[in-house]
Amino acid sequence: MSGFIITTLVILVFVIIYQIGKASEHATILRGEKKVNAQVNRAIALLLVAVFLLGVWGIWACHQYFKDLMLPVAACKTGENYDSMFNVTVVVTGIVFFLTQAVLFWFCYKYQSSDRRTSFYFPHSNKLEIIWTTIPALAMAVLVAIGLKNWLTVTSDAPVNATVVEIVGKQFNWIVRYPGKDNILGKRDFRKINDANNVLGLDWADPRNHDDILSLNGEMHLVVGKPVKLIINSRDVIHDVGLPHFRLKMDAVPGITTTLWFTPSITSDSMKIITKNPNFVYEIACDQLCGRGHYAMRGTIIVETQEQHDKWLATQQSYYAGNNPEATTPAADTTAPAADTTKKITMK
Amino acid sequence: MNHEGIIHEGAHSTAHGHDSAGGHHHAHEHHEQHFIWKYIFSQDHKIIGKQFLITGIIWAIIGALFSVLFRLQLGFPDSTFPIMEKLLGEWAKGGKLSPEFYYALVTMHGTILVFFVLTAGLSGTFANILIPLQIGARDMASPFMNMLSYWFFFLASVIMMVSLFVETGPASGGWTTYPPLSALKEASLGSGIGMDLWLLGMSFFVISSLLGGLNYISTVLNMRTKGMTMTRLPLTIWALLFTAVLGVLSFPVLFSGVVLLIFDRNFGTSFYLSEIFIGGKALPHIGGSAILYQHLFWFLGHPEVYIIMLPGMGMASEVLSTHSRKPIFGYFAMVISMIGITLLAFVVWAHHMFVTGMSPFLGSIFVLLTLLIAVPSAVKVFNWITTIWRGNLKFTTPMLFALGFVSLFISGGLTGIFLGNSAIDIHLHDTYFVIAHFHIVMGVSAFFGMFAGVYHWFPKMFGRFMNNTLGYIHFFITFIGAYLIFWPMHYEGIAGMPRRYYDYSAWESFKHFQSINGFISIAATVVFLAQLLFVFNFIVSIFRGRKVTVLNPWGSTTLEWTTPINPGHGNWEGEIPEVHRWPYDYKDDGNGNDFIPQTTPLRPGEESH
Repeated sequence: MSGFIITTLVILVFVIIYQIGKASEHATILRGEKKVNAQVNRAIALLLVAVFLLGVWGIWACHQYFKDLMLPVAACKTGENYDSMFNVTVVVTGIVFFLTQAVLFWFCYKYQSSDRRTSFYFPHSNKLEIIWTTIPALAMAVLVAIGLKNWLTVTSDAPVNATVVEIVGKQFNWIVRYPGKDNILGKRDFRKINDANNVLGLDWADPRNHDDILSLNGEMHLVVGKPVKLIINSRDVIHDVGLPHFRLKMDAVPGITTTLWFTPSITSDSMKIITKNPNFVYEIACDQLCGRGHYAMRGTIIVETQEQHDKWLATQQSYYAGNNPEATTPAADTTAPAADTTKKITMK
Repeated sequence: MNHEGIIHEGAHSTAHGHDSAGGHHHAHEHHEQHFIWKYIFSQDHKIIGKQFLITGIIWAIIGALFSVLFRLQLGFPDSTFPIMEKLLGEWAKGGKLSPEFYYALVTMHGTILVFFVLTAGLSGTFANILIPLQIGARDMASPFMNMLSYWFFFLASVIMMVSLFVETGPASGGWTTYPPLSALKEASLGSGIGMDLWLLGMSFFVISSLLGGLNYISTVLNMRTKGMTMTRLPLTIWALLFTAVLGVLSFPVLFSGVVLLIFDRNFGTSFYLSEIFIGGKALPHIGGSAILYQHLFWFLGHPEVYIIMLPGMGMASEVLSTHSRKPIFGYFAMVISMIGITLLAFVVWAHHMFVTGMSPFLGSIFVLLTLLIAVPSAVKVFNWITTIWRGNLKFTTPMLFALGFVSLFISGGLTGIFLGNSAIDIHLHDTYFVIAHFHIVMGVSAFFGMFAGVYHWFPKMFGRFMNNTLGYIHFFITFIGAYLIFWPMHYEGIAGMPRRYYDYSAWESFKHFQSINGFISIAATVVFLAQLLFVFNFIVSIFRGRKVTVLNPWGSTTLEWTTPINPGHGNWEGEIPEVHRWPYDYKDDGNGNDFIPQTTPLRPGEESH
């Protein structure tokens, strides 16, 4: 019923507006079309200027509103490069934006139709065309140069001393794997996956797997100042490891391994102070639509000092030990970390 | 021409009571046509154009309504809307949208607006109406193929519409429908029968687009009237020609991508699938590449952006020139920049894939090519601005929309410079910055080009004017509203807020954007209502609008205004006029007029452009 009333109301309002419009058409004819059209033209020209000024104010207001809501300082070196490059691009495009829009609206006002005015017949000028082909081309060349320099840095090979961490996406959470003491990730095979005791399909025949540590709640522990190379993969559909605080992102594609490396430069604790937000946490956001739970596919990163990291590492048990009771590891009896799903966002 | 129609006239000659709007018929047709052959299975390019336009408008209302529904969820995730349950039933139990259907709405919003409205509804409409009228032809090269083009589009529309009503819902993997999500029924509800219907619908859509496109190209190249050299074509025709070229060369690639996906879904092939564990079991597929689909998709997908933009550019050029009473500035530069855009459009597709793990070297090449496209785009903007410089601007509704088109094209084009640069894209990719960018440039800006076209050529289509007051209200609400909706989204994107999220409240990094999301949703709803006002104006004006009393109400130079006010099939009653000059001679004709039509012979001593 309410839907019906709203629809009727909307139609009614339209009819009223239309009748007013229609009436003004008749009034125009009565009062002399030429005179009224000239008045309307003047009014529209003024309105356009008003819209422009309102727009400039709106941009300022928008800036004020968002000032304190934006991301904190980038948490890695390439992120800082990103920020400065972004700012350069904002300045370049901002100048072009304000100049062209101002000129557009100014011309609308200045050259509004009037009886005294005849338009200036000016069909072309090769000189002008050359000027405004060259200038954008040069500006683009500069932006491309800065961009490619940063792009090649971001996508360069990881340093040899980088820690290797694997992150695998699945509907709808992240699984993180650390290589353990041998610093090597063992072999995986998607046919060996079993949600009960082998979520990544680790090949137990490969002894390098035996010390690998898994985090099933999507929590990744990294050491500040130490380069990390992410080995990215997916179990089912395409996901994307989105790291807004590091200004990075890489798809997780089933059947294809992608990589991403960076050096976290600010610990989670320092970031809590910088942002004045005690709940601050580095988040991993899935940035590629992956199904109904896409919006809740959240992971976290804890950036900590080496001591904190070592302490955390000491509490971790290898996935092999947790899921193979016959294993000789002394910790074999403790509950498997697979049960630790409490921190996962529950879906609505 | 129209032999088919004439043959059937005999059979239905008793039933011409429906023919009230016509009245004018060209000299070769002596009989009234039956309603079905005149208005439904018509081969008259003008009727087919109107069919595309009206179908497009219906789709636009549906597509825009979808966006309002999912904006309600985004803006007010904690509220319930009983009206939603009425509309969507099970999908919105208790007035709250389910995540599955949220994604279905997002997907169909994109599919509908990109393909059914801004491709078929835009170039289908204006290529049909304008090409024969502006080049001086009685109809398309193949009126029959032209009719088929509409009916394949209609078939695609029916299939897409049916998919909205199947039990598992329509496709819900985004309008790009990336596999494996779209390939595996286990991955999401929308990847069931809804996805099959999507693929089938798109296949017919491609056929429609090819039939239309081939026709547009052959008509422009072969059917121009005497004196209408290529360099005397209005810019609208150049734009529509390049649009058709882009479509003909790139839509088949989408078709191949779609067919392979149909195979993967139904016949056990592994083109896009490899090493997948889903629904509790490992699938047998090995060796495919999910990224292959993205290459095939974006090989169309990027030219598609220009398929959407070019008609608007052409129409804005025409409208700006006419209503500024001044020639378009840099006609040749405009044509050359369109050639540049068309060529570059084919070699930039991978900028949609910078973060798929593609070779960084390949990425660099695509950065360079992508940012190159900014140059012809900038040339066009400067030429438009110079066109209005020292003009005599008449702020009619089409003129306002053309000016709005330029403003929005600048705003949306500049943000493309961020995204085309891979080092910046790596952060902004798939955030609200992307949403803001492409909605402003190929959504709203293209729509403004389309509105400029509708308001400008409405008198030619229906012999009546649209109401001015409603047009002005429509313009100002839409123009201001579009900026209110999309400007704040840039900030959200810079802050890393991902697109295609159903709810942000669990995210420490994004939850503080809740109130601005609500604001955007309110603005979107208001703008949606303003579009309904346009539709209302459109429909009422067809029947009750102020009648056109002169042949050339805008004082325009091009050929379509030399036809009768309500041209019949065949367009001109007598001979097709001959063309003597370029289409933008807005200057003193010596008799107190500020324009010289293309059909006026050069005066003694006058130089041609």
